[in-house]
Amino acid sequence: MRYIEPHGHMVSRTTDDYQDMATAGCQVVCEPAFWAGFDRGSAAGFHDYFRQLTDQEPKRAARYGISHYTWICLNPKESEDTQLAEEVLKIIPEFLDKPTVLGVGEIGLNKNSRNEILVLEKHVDLAAKHNQLVLVHTPHLEDKLKGTRLILDIIKNERRLTPNRVIIDHVEEHTIKMVLDKGFWAGMTLYPESKCTSARAIDMIEVFGGERLWMNSACDWGHSVPLAVPRTALEMRKRGYTADVIDKMIYRNPVAFMSQSPKFKLPIDPL
Amino acid sequence: MSRQQLSDLYFMEARSKVIDIAAFLDRMDRGTGAEDFRVISLRESMKILQSDRPDRAAEVLRSLSDTTTKPIPSATTKAACGAWLGPQKKAAAKQPARAAKK
Repeated sequence: MRYIEPHGHMVSRTTDDYQDMATAGCQVVCEPAFWAGFDRGSAAGFHDYFRQLTDQEPKRAARYGISHYTWICLNPKESEDTQLAEEVLKIIPEFLDKPTVLGVGEIGLNKNSRNEILVLEKHVDLAAKHNQLVLVHTPHLEDKLKGTRLILDIIKNERRLTPNRVIIDHVEEHTIKMVLDKGFWAGMTLYPESKCTSARAIDMIEVFGGERLWMNSACDWGHSVPLAVPRTALEMRKRGYTADVIDKMIYRNPVAFMSQSPKFKLPIDPL
Repeated sequence: MSRQQLSDLYFMEARSKVIDIAAFLDRMDRGTGAEDFRVISLRESMKILQSDRPDRAAEVLRSLSDTTTKPIPSATTKAACGAWLGPQKKAAAKQPARAAKK
């Protein structure tokens, strides 16, 4: 089995996780910029984090034969401080040209506040100006439905971005249809409690089809499972799916989306 | 897959989750004080399970969601709680607390 982890916060994970993922067939991991669990106090703190994502983490992944790509932004959880957000937005372009940066992400909303929307709009403008792919975080739990609607409206209003170059992540049963109907890609995040389980992700594939859809573990410093994608592949097998269909969902689909960036290359001689 | 095959694969997991929810509600009944709005929301959402609509999962998620459309003035927390205290649930929360059984 081969697979891609299209959304993993690897700076929060141990090298044991890299080893387990490589053993399970992971060839590529993609890491969107994230909230550290506490608010960073300065743009310099973000600059260091972006350096970690673009310089350090690809080297750490390479030791396990895994290619590492990343997405740069200020996460919506830190968007309430608009002054800091402005300072961070100024340093992002410096990183967009780095060889492993696929685009701007994970931008989006968290609590659906006015300031979060302001900062989201600035990120969307930045992505459009620099012709970047976009990875979007949708809010948690009770905030997801409203937040997804707000996000879709904002991005659809940005005519310079085409929906097939934007992935709306963390969809669930009540948001997936509106995302796919508007032409966006959709990501399903496999979490033990929130977001969706393996069984529900497979249900959504059955109901909505397997086009413009990927699965990720979004493993981070919280309750999450780095091997959630290969475990879902195993569950797909139990549900009678062929190896070809499984390969499409966990490998070819993420490749199709990320290959829209000329920087994205598959490993030449994967394990 | 046939319903028999799906039952073989998922019945025990679903059975376990139903019993967990039943035990959770029993635990809440043994507790004291007013009912939390999240539990009121959960009780409402469970009515959907008995319907024969084909999108129960989506409808349960919708029933636990903020249904407003305007942005909030500012975010005072980063966390979500899993349910939304809308006007109907506010009214329900003002009802007397469920009587403890002991």
